[in-house]
Amino acid sequence: MQKLLNWVDERLPVVDAWNNHLAKYYAPKNFNFWYFFGSLAMLVLVNQLVTGIWLTMSYNPTGEGAFASVEYIMRDVQWGWLLRYLHSTGASAFFIVVYLHMFRGLMYGSYQKPRELIWLFGMLIYLVLMAEAFMGYLLPWGQMSFWGAQVIVNLFGAIPVIGEDLSLWIRGDYLISGITLNRFFALHVVALPIVLLGLVVLHILALHEVGSNNPDGIDIKKNKDENGIPKDGIPFHPYYSVHDLVGVAVFFFIFFIVVFFFPEMGGLFIEKPNFEPANALKTPAHIAPVWYFTPFYAMLRAVTVDLFGLSAKFWGVVVMGGAIAILFVLPWLDRSPVRSIRYKGWLSKIALTLFAVSFVILGYLGLVPATEGRTTVAQILTVVYFLYFILMPFYTRMEKTKPVPERVTG
Amino acid sequence: MRKLIFGLFIAFLPVLGLAAGAGIPLDPIKTDHTDKVSLQRGAALFTNYCMGCHSMEYARYKRVAEDLEIPTALFEENLIFTGAQIGELMKNSMDKDMAADWFGAPPPDLTLESRLRGESWVYSYLRGFYKDDSRPLGVNNVVFDKVGMPHVMVDLQGLCAVEPNIGKKASVEPLSGNIRNAGACPEYATEGSMTSAEFDRAMYDLTNFMSYMADPIKVERERLGIFVLIFVAIFFVFAYLLNREYWKDVH
Repeated sequence: MQKLLNWVDERLPVVDAWNNHLAKYYAPKNFNFWYFFGSLAMLVLVNQLVTGIWLTMSYNPTGEGAFASVEYIMRDVQWGWLLRYLHSTGASAFFIVVYLHMFRGLMYGSYQKPRELIWLFGMLIYLVLMAEAFMGYLLPWGQMSFWGAQVIVNLFGAIPVIGEDLSLWIRGDYLISGITLNRFFALHVVALPIVLLGLVVLHILALHEVGSNNPDGIDIKKNKDENGIPKDGIPFHPYYSVHDLVGVAVFFFIFFIVVFFFPEMGGLFIEKPNFEPANALKTPAHIAPVWYFTPFYAMLRAVTVDLFGLSAKFWGVVVMGGAIAILFVLPWLDRSPVRSIRYKGWLSKIALTLFAVSFVILGYLGLVPATEGRTTVAQILTVVYFLYFILMPFYTRMEKTKPVPERVTG
Repeated sequence: MRKLIFGLFIAFLPVLGLAAGAGIPLDPIKTDHTDKVSLQRGAALFTNYCMGCHSMEYARYKRVAEDLEIPTALFEENLIFTGAQIGELMKNSMDKDMAADWFGAPPPDLTLESRLRGESWVYSYLRGFYKDDSRPLGVNNVVFDKVGMPHVMVDLQGLCAVEPNIGKKASVEPLSGNIRNAGACPEYATEGSMTSAEFDRAMYDLTNFMSYMADPIKVERERLGIFVLIFVAIFFVFAYLLNREYWKDVH
């Protein structure tokens, strides 16, 4: 065995790779609850890839056959129902895990120097993930698949001059049709997963280059012992591999409760209108995107005034795009001398709390039909969302921070 | 560790709290896919009364026969009216274009109806027909206003003269002692072969069958789910102990 390993290692640096990324990758020893979600995101990604491959084997990507083939998977394919529920629940679980992972980054300043690139790659992953989820949602070819896609693709039509042609180009037809379904299928199962995997590799390589942040936001590499090993660091493997295993067990317990007992999750993970085949002549009374898009959908609907001769719809798209785009520049908005929320001042704590609360409430508002009162609330919360970022350079510099300890605390 | 479990629970919590509500009041029911006798009666009702117009084209006869424990020969003889083989999909022979001419819209496929609209909706709808001479077919429905479907089971239920009480709780009138809103229909224009209670029971069976058809794996899925959760729980214990063993030297 050792001989074989030597033979391979002379030709491919497998031992180095193992050491650099696992056995001698020193991670801070004070990771808490919030640090489970990175590895859980990887787990869900693998789940999506594996179940996705098997679903592809029985799925029929045509306007005529898609809906029936999903029911064929649910009824006639051995374990098809399990594959599909793992995949549909996995999609929602992916976003839950990623949102918590991103929130961890916000709390502990994991985007700050020298981790800007990790944050940027992460944001690109999030962006591709949204595209992946959006295109995957069209594939069951139910009513909500169809009309959700119709609404979102039509948003591009709000862009002046090129808008109409752009949305026509995306659809490949004058309305969502089998042609759109075919290209979304190609992008969902081939193009975007390749991009996603590439970005995940970059995200992790960049992380392992500079090392992991921690709840104290301390640079553990400043305190090394005589062997050059950080005093507050421990090898990722076996310490965090066994630690993450516990997180995996807890995650799976909750995940499988949904998969086996509440696969529709009350219409949130699989929306009820999607049990009716797509019908271009019948618009559902209430079109809502899946829950993970609803905060941005609420922001889109919150813009109700025409401005500079451009429609409210256009400005809604701008706000929605801006809400995601502004996350990209976050590393350069935070001027605080400390990373972690633990040592930032009360202004940062209030700002982060308001931001999180507004995001969750916007998510709810995007699910329910708009009323005048709800639109007003959505408008206020959209402003709160943006103020968190726009005012960040000021409140992070103004506030009094607490002294950061030399070594990590528990 | 308790913090971890609690945290994960909290993380999923907002998802649990959100559910759609409001709309037309319905009579709530709870279906039971393990009640094979009820499902068999429902299957008989569906194939006899519904399938002339409504297909269940995503499901196969054979699966129904097996799941409901109906012998194949008996099933073929009594429950297949189209001459289809037992392994075929449950289609019907109604031409969709002609059906659109007759009813305004072709009768929808009902395989997934109970997941689309909900079991309580189906149960209430089936019991919601009443006499309305302003409609082309002479009937309307309290749950689905201006519905294009005739009251197919009028010979069983009878024709309700007024709007049936759907979504209203039964109560005792304090002075007379009469029970209000006991059955769905307080007054019949024509009598049917079933009593109000018998018809409710039959419609429960039919709804139960439709609910089973929309989600035929449910019983098996939930049975397996228990074992999966037990496995994960045991795995958790070992993972937890392994983690504790490794981490006991880290200070």
